[in-house]
Amino acid sequence: MAKTVLSVDDSSSIRQMVAFTLKSAGYEVIEAADGQEGLDKAKQRTVDLVLTDQNMPRMDGLTLIKALRALPNYRSVPILMLTTESGDAMKVQGKAAGATGWLVKPFDPNKLLEVVKKVIG
Amino acid sequence: MSIDITQFYQIFFEEAAEHLGTMESLLLSLEVNDPSMDDLNAIFRSAHSIKGGSGTFGFTDMTEVTHILENLLDRLRKQEMQLTDEMVNVFLEAGDVIRMQLYAHRGEGEVDQAEVKMVCEKLTQLTQDVPPVAAPASVTAAAEEDAYGFFDDAAVVATSSETHQDYGFFAEVAAPIQAVAADASYGFFDDLPAVAPPDIVPSSAPQDFGLFVDEPTQLPSTPQQTQQEAQQGYGFFQKVTPPPATATPVELAYAERRANERRTNDEGVARIRPASDKAAPAADTSIRVNVEKVDQLINLVGELVITQAMLAQSASTVDSALYEKLNSGLHQLERNTRDLQEVIMSVRMLPISFVFSRFPRVVRDLAGKLGKQVELKTLGEGTELDKGLIEKIADPLTHLVRNSLDHGIESPEKRLAAGKPAKGTITLKASHQGGNILIEVTDDGGGLNRGKILAKARERGLPVRDDMSDQEVWMLIFEAGFSTADVVTDVSGRGVGMDVVKRNIAAMGGRVEIESAEGLGTRILIRLPLTLAILDGLSVAVGQQTYIIPLGYIIESLLMADKDLRTVSGGGHMVHVRGEYLPLLALREVFNLPGDIAQNDARIVVIVETEGKKIAVQVDELLGQHQVVIKSLESNFRKLPGISGATILGDGKVALILDVAALSSAPARQNKLAA
Repeated sequence: MAKTVLSVDDSSSIRQMVAFTLKSAGYEVIEAADGQEGLDKAKQRTVDLVLTDQNMPRMDGLTLIKALRALPNYRSVPILMLTTESGDAMKVQGKAAGATGWLVKPFDPNKLLEVVKKVIG
Repeated sequence: MSIDITQFYQIFFEEAAEHLGTMESLLLSLEVNDPSMDDLNAIFRSAHSIKGGSGTFGFTDMTEVTHILENLLDRLRKQEMQLTDEMVNVFLEAGDVIRMQLYAHRGEGEVDQAEVKMVCEKLTQLTQDVPPVAAPASVTAAAEEDAYGFFDDAAVVATSSETHQDYGFFAEVAAPIQAVAADASYGFFDDLPAVAPPDIVPSSAPQDFGLFVDEPTQLPSTPQQTQQEAQQGYGFFQKVTPPPATATPVELAYAERRANERRTNDEGVARIRPASDKAAPAADTSIRVNVEKVDQLINLVGELVITQAMLAQSASTVDSALYEKLNSGLHQLERNTRDLQEVIMSVRMLPISFVFSRFPRVVRDLAGKLGKQVELKTLGEGTELDKGLIEKIADPLTHLVRNSLDHGIESPEKRLAAGKPAKGTITLKASHQGGNILIEVTDDGGGLNRGKILAKARERGLPVRDDMSDQEVWMLIFEAGFSTADVVTDVSGRGVGMDVVKRNIAAMGGRVEIESAEGLGTRILIRLPLTLAILDGLSVAVGQQTYIIPLGYIIESLLMADKDLRTVSGGGHMVHVRGEYLPLLALREVFNLPGDIAQNDARIVVIVETEGKKIAVQVDELLGQHQVVIKSLESNFRKLPGISGATILGDGKVALILDVAALSSAPARQNKLAA
């Protein structure tokens, strides 16, 4: 069964690119436009990997990660932060929130695929 | 695997343009002294998204500008800096520059590098103006630069420790996974990542995910190790979804719990699926579709309407008793076609806020330049009209607003002297009125000066009389080469424009009217059809020809008795209708059709009204009311006076659509059409 990735980003161009990239590699992709929507969709269906942006309306990435980690189904699901903020402060916060890793935007589709493959195969 | 990211350019362009728009409108509405945190955050997010997208899609020039902008915005929202008017201005300029870059990438226009440089300098200047926070900003900048660099060293990433700049995994989070895998114990569901046995973390984590650990000291692993260990790691993750093939449950409790979980999961999925199918469109409330596709649909539906009309016409000749089923089917077809047409037309409709949204900026800039204080009010932004009209109305409307600001609104001193508030008001209002959309541009300025306009018109050699109605006098400002501005400014007053405005609006099938009161202000009304493509009309016959009169203009149709016809000295005829005398216009004469004007008692006239004037149009016969698809005569044939377009009737014949406004204007009646 194809692995499912939840892509959370308020920018639809980034979402489309992520979805296109991952779908072309055989993953199933669910999209959400902000943290709140991401959380709702994650609750509907447990995914294999969450890719989330940090700066989003309604709910930001860190809050989403914390909320996901509080769910029994998501204690061990890998969560990657896709963010333009590569500062150490953000990494520390991401780590504290429970993120598995981070990927700096802008990113190259191949790089994304490479990282995703490392995480969920 | 190579992925072509150019396919996402278009959506990025649209998205970035949207973000720029959001940024601008938020900046304009921002209270400089007490900016709302939500607004600042939203502005920041917009800049941030543009930066992220432009970087990802390789538009680095945009990234550079947004980067500086974003840093400033970030510090503003973190309240490390105080917002000033100056900043808002520079931010707006930065928005313009980014938009310029965006257009250039889209292949429209070129980038003025000097301007880019100037804005960047201004932004940097702002950053440096606040010394205490300058240092953190530069740190951020340095960090960001690291991130940009990754496109180059992408190849090295997998095995090199440099990767930590691009992406990484937090050791502690990864650790429990590894720990669990190593122990072959699946008890991880109980353990929160943070609670993983601390002694295992340092030893196993770096081995497994060492490459991605963000602290360089934890990167001693060799690629090979990583490979092996990583496979273990993958294996682990795979077991999360599919049932473990060789489940060696160390803890029976786990297996049980796991099974339970799966069951509930499955149930959950089964239950949620149908709901999510429905929920999906609600979540993604819009899709972007190329306008060409929509236009294609509209054209096809137009053809369908014609085909349907043809069928209806053929069916009307057969015995309806014998072909009852056919007839009822055709009726249903007619209804469905009409519904389909309505829905498809609505796809092209956009709220007028698309146009109105540009005016806060226009007014702000211009008021600043002219030293006037002006408030802009917009009403009815949700009013929808055809996309084609939205695009075409923007320029004329801009001109009218600029004109109101330049000529209408007085200087603050003058206003105070006249007992008005120093701040003038310009109101933009849109509303539906029957089949029309009405756009009003109202100012509370000085109003039009009748004497001045008349004097100017004489000077320009325009035909004027002292007894012209106010309405006629006001319309003079739309004549070519007319300008009453005492001083020609760079804003308006060169006398180019108002005539163009009127012409452009007329080309859209619209009309302009002016209301003005000296000392109180001026209101310019623009009436536009809702759509360019379809029209409700009355078909009338004159001789062998069929004409369509747009329904919106028609007041009534009646049989004219001989006694009501009056001849006026000079050759014209008037009709006496309920106490009013209306000029009579015989279409047969207007279009020089052969045959005599019916002289018997059965003279049918259609009373139409436009621009406050009524005329009686004499025809031979009333045929019926139709919804017709407008086909442009200009693009298919050539422009004809008195005709606004053509349509294809149910029997396949072409019918011309009357340009009622042109017909009703006196000179057109006398000269142009006869020629």
